[in-house]
Amino acid sequence: MSENIIELINISKDYDGTEALRNVSLSIKKNEFVTLLGPSGCGKTTTLRIIAGFESPTEGTILFEGENINSLPPYKRKVNTVFQRYALFTHMNVFENVAFGLRIKKYDNKTIKEKVNNVLHMVNLSGFEKRSVDSLSGGQQQRVAIARALVNEPQVLLLDEPLAALDLKLRKEMQIELKQMQKRLGITFVYVTHDQEEALTMSDTIVVMRDGAIQQIGTPVEIYNEPKNAFVADFIGESNIIDGVMLRDYLVRFAGHEFECVDKGFGENTEVDVVVRPEDIKITREEDGMIKGIIKSVTFKGVHYEMIAEANGIQWIIHSTAMSPVNSRVGLNIYPNDIQIMKKVVAE
Amino acid sequence: MKTRWIATPYIVWMIIFTVVPLLLVFFFSVTVQTDDGIVFTLEHFKKLMEPIYLKVLLRSILLAFVSTLVCLVLGYPMAMILASSDLKRKNVLVFLFVAPMWMNFLLRTYAWLTLLEKNGLINSVLSIFGIKPLNLLYNNLAVLLGMVYNFLPFMVLPIYSVLSKVDKSVIEAAQDLGANNFKVFTKVTFPLSLPGVASGITMVFMPAVTTFVVPRLLGGAQFTLIGNLIERQFVLVGDWNFGSAISIVMMILILISMGIMSRYETESVEGGFFG
Repeated sequence: MSENIIELINISKDYDGTEALRNVSLSIKKNEFVTLLGPSGCGKTTTLRIIAGFESPTEGTILFEGENINSLPPYKRKVNTVFQRYALFTHMNVFENVAFGLRIKKYDNKTIKEKVNNVLHMVNLSGFEKRSVDSLSGGQQQRVAIARALVNEPQVLLLDEPLAALDLKLRKEMQIELKQMQKRLGITFVYVTHDQEEALTMSDTIVVMRDGAIQQIGTPVEIYNEPKNAFVADFIGESNIIDGVMLRDYLVRFAGHEFECVDKGFGENTEVDVVVRPEDIKITREEDGMIKGIIKSVTFKGVHYEMIAEANGIQWIIHSTAMSPVNSRVGLNIYPNDIQIMKKVVAE
Repeated sequence: MKTRWIATPYIVWMIIFTVVPLLLVFFFSVTVQTDDGIVFTLEHFKKLMEPIYLKVLLRSILLAFVSTLVCLVLGYPMAMILASSDLKRKNVLVFLFVAPMWMNFLLRTYAWLTLLEKNGLINSVLSIFGIKPLNLLYNNLAVLLGMVYNFLPFMVLPIYSVLSKVDKSVIEAAQDLGANNFKVFTKVTFPLSLPGVASGITMVFMPAVTTFVVPRLLGGAQFTLIGNLIERQFVLVGDWNFGSAISIVMMILILISMGIMSRYETESVEGGFFG
């Protein structure tokens, strides 16, 4: 048996003629933290719901530990879900919410009490057993939702934008907590989010999706440093995406200048997309720059300044800890390692 | 408060049409007209304790109770079907369901009369097959039928409105945690719909226990429920005092049942009428 716990093979999903998913194939390993990332409507939630069993694919196969579970109803699957808006049972207190799954499975009261108390302790909600869920804050409700899923000791936990409703500070804390929990419990997490920073922080593997199709699968570092196409580059962090021409191996022309690069194999005089991260553009004195331009605006972002420079007819986004004043003339340098060349995406 | 004067018409309205009549009913119920003028008495209430009247009271409550129960058993699945059907179908269904209510109550009940009569539609059809005419009218069942028919929407609509507000992801959460359809219903859907059930019961039980049109038309002249008893005191006998006393007792009974029901209508366990 492979170490893949879940495999999606050529999954497609139609809703009344509109395609929500197109030919999605994905392998999820045991104990992996996989994030489905993309803008709203990209099919990430649909993918999650297909794994949970709330939707059935129009085409394709879902394997769980190598077995086809296409027709298995949700209540028989060994996965549990943390819903976007928690979906807690408002007619039960915290203890009964968490105990729900165990009661269905007919555990005896002593075991239920023990397991529920354990998991509530784990999510820092000891002492909240008798509280009604309506009286809890968003963060606490979210913990109840996680506890309610985890108490069943699922092999796979599905999380549908679980932190979307929380404020920034709480969200950051919960990101770290969730990640630690996942490592400690050794559970496979499949996590849906539209927040690229969240995805980069938490994941072992990121699956970038768009219009129902997978754009790229890779580790956070791979996705960030080597985006496969302009969409991924643009979605993951800010980027300067420029039309360029690959003159030959290791030489690319864009913004009216020829740059050395580390890419090859595109052929000669091929049109390409060039991606340069804002932090990879180095500002120097005008006479030292590969290209010359003028600073149009400066915004203080906390750790760095975000500057927009105009050079050779292109607006460049530049991140730097050193500030260059507005209207100052500067030189811009981009070094070979910081240039990412991608094939042009054929317009759809 | 500056805007208080806006409420004045309503307060005047309530005083004229609610408070004063109530006080009058109460006044009549505890007084009697004698040669010496009007004197205080509780004899009307004592009269109500006589077996013949107690029997009527009991019968009214029993019939109302049974019709409420039948409405619940018939209405709950109906409400579920309404709540779960998709939008286009739902509007048609709700329309079909509510349309009869646009007709006059009396008219609807008369319609049943012509259906159930000895020479009515049902018996005519049966006679084609050589079945002797049945006594469909003027018995408990006919009255029950009339009540259920008339009051069913009042059971379905509150349950439907609560059910349609239940978050679908809560149902999915229950399935996700291992509950099959039956468990989802008993452990999640039904408990969450209890406020609707409670107001449905109140809205059916109250008119059912006091109705006098249905028993008079479908139950016949000798079929007496508490509503008929009250009506007769005012219209035929002219004993306003006794009629008022029965009304007061009815009101107290209804208040008690409402009090019990309102405990379930509030969504949290802590709140409620007697909270």
